[in-house]
Amino acid sequence: MTAPGSAAGAATPAAALPPAAVEARGLTKRFGRILALDRLDLSVPPGSIFGLLGPNGAGKTTAIRILTGLARPTDGSASVGGVAVGLDRPELRRGIGYLDQDPRFYGWMRGRELLELVGRLHGLDGVHLRTRVDEMLEQTGLSEAAGRRIGGYSGGMRQRLGIAQAMLHRPRVLILDEPVSSLDPEGRRDLLGLIGSLRGDATVLISTHVLSDVERICDRVAILHRGRLVTEGPLQELLAAHARPIFRLVPASGQEQRVAALVDALRAAPWSTDVSCTGGAIRVTVSDPSTGAVAILPLVVAAGVTLDAFERARPTLEDVFLELVGPPKPEDLDGRGFVRPREVTDR
Amino acid sequence: MTGFMVLLRKELLEQWRTTRLPIVATVFLLVGLSSPLLARFTPEILQAVGGSQFNISLPTPTAADAYDQLAKNVGQFGALIAVLLAMGAVATEKERGTAALLLTKPAGRGAFLIAKLVAIATTLGLATLIAAAGGWFYTLVLFQALDVAGFAAAAVLMWLSLVAFAAITLLGSTLTRSAVAAAGIGLVAFVVIGIVSVVPGLGPYLPTGLGAPARSLALGLPGPDALGPAVAAVVLIVALVAVSWLAFRDQEL
Repeated sequence: MTAPGSAAGAATPAAALPPAAVEARGLTKRFGRILALDRLDLSVPPGSIFGLLGPNGAGKTTAIRILTGLARPTDGSASVGGVAVGLDRPELRRGIGYLDQDPRFYGWMRGRELLELVGRLHGLDGVHLRTRVDEMLEQTGLSEAAGRRIGGYSGGMRQRLGIAQAMLHRPRVLILDEPVSSLDPEGRRDLLGLIGSLRGDATVLISTHVLSDVERICDRVAILHRGRLVTEGPLQELLAAHARPIFRLVPASGQEQRVAALVDALRAAPWSTDVSCTGGAIRVTVSDPSTGAVAILPLVVAAGVTLDAFERARPTLEDVFLELVGPPKPEDLDGRGFVRPREVTDR
Repeated sequence: MTGFMVLLRKELLEQWRTTRLPIVATVFLLVGLSSPLLARFTPEILQAVGGSQFNISLPTPTAADAYDQLAKNVGQFGALIAVLLAMGAVATEKERGTAALLLTKPAGRGAFLIAKLVAIATTLGLATLIAAAGGWFYTLVLFQALDVAGFAAAAVLMWLSLVAFAAITLLGSTLTRSAVAAAGIGLVAFVVIGIVSVVPGLGPYLPTGLGAPARSLALGLPGPDALGPAVAAVVLIVALVAVSWLAFRDQEL
């Protein structure tokens, strides 16, 4: 195990790139009695878009702060791009692009100046720097605002500027903490597309609690809950392994009483684990897909309900998440609605 | 010193854009112009205020009085301004999160600190130069010409003293997350150094000890050697930056 901040993680030659772009072994972080991160093991393959999922307070930001050298682990080790993480390690940051969940900039600085500053710190200069700055301003939709002071930017504009500065130097590893939380739907779509376009060229570690964003662009996922890694793997494998079989029935309109009777019958069936009605559709979670496929329709016929649609619903990451983590219990939430971190008795 | 020149450029731009440099330069210009005026017209002012009730007999003001007034004003106002410039340099950036923005890039923490002190020292240097030029000119107009080289050397020693107070405050700004606490550290150091400066053998090697050789140089009078106090001030500044760096390199942001 390499001690955090040790010199053992000097840059690895390209010919001997490590198998993982981001690696964490037993990463632990305590704040007094609060255990924010508990022996996290993580391995992010090069070129992947890796989603770090979890509810508020799960430990995602703590993990990212350690990986970017902003915080020190209490125990364990980590490396990014083959370089051991540590607090004062400029060589660690050469290959990293980082966006904070609440990006802060100098209000007196102009958008273009901020990107030029970041570019120069990464060794860009002259025409190459100006061209790259123009490209990023264009890609993030900030070209017109580039000459304005950042102090006058909206939250969404600051987030887009944050993305631009993180991607400016074409980093090998891009670490994004809640990158689209302040954006409108169109901005989300554009920036998720931009991040998705990096697949294969760079490794992206993206932290979010918005599951649909992860489904849209990530190919691997890790789920954190109260500081612990709950599961990790390719998205499709997780969906297949953890999502419970769900069927979706859409009754024709004007048969409310019969639909209510059908819902009661479905809830009473021994093979159904959950039945919900939303937007005129019935969603039935079953314990076994083959049973559900043959047993649901007879109940529909018996209730005399006419269906407009009947399908096996594609399981979503939300289903996986709820299966593994479950909804938070009221006693686990703090006053802000965050999941309360675990406390430890031994220090 | 990774990224030092890039960070220094940003710090100097910040000094200008946030109007710190123009404001400090203006204050120092006023201090420089008003000091010889105050020295020259103090007897008349006291006579006018006291009227016929007082019979005050003051010696005729000289160029030395003009310089003393300038050195006192720059020493006091300047030290206060040095504290104000340095108090938020690191603490405010840590509090606002902008330090994290820069230090997740290939920028060393030592370069981050030194760029800040050099930028503050540049602002103080330009301001001291302006104050000295104004003071020298009005001394010429109201009294007599003083040796330019000696006056300039005195200004350099004044500046060195101000940079030392900025470095003390920068250390405070590094150790805390509060600009107010950093200012408190700088002001307490100012008072403590003022008290300790009377200790024989130690006083000449404190930042306030630069005053005596500076006066000798400005007025062309025999006096204490400037080299020892100047070297002591430089050593103090370097030591303060080193301690700041040692503290900052282990801090979480």
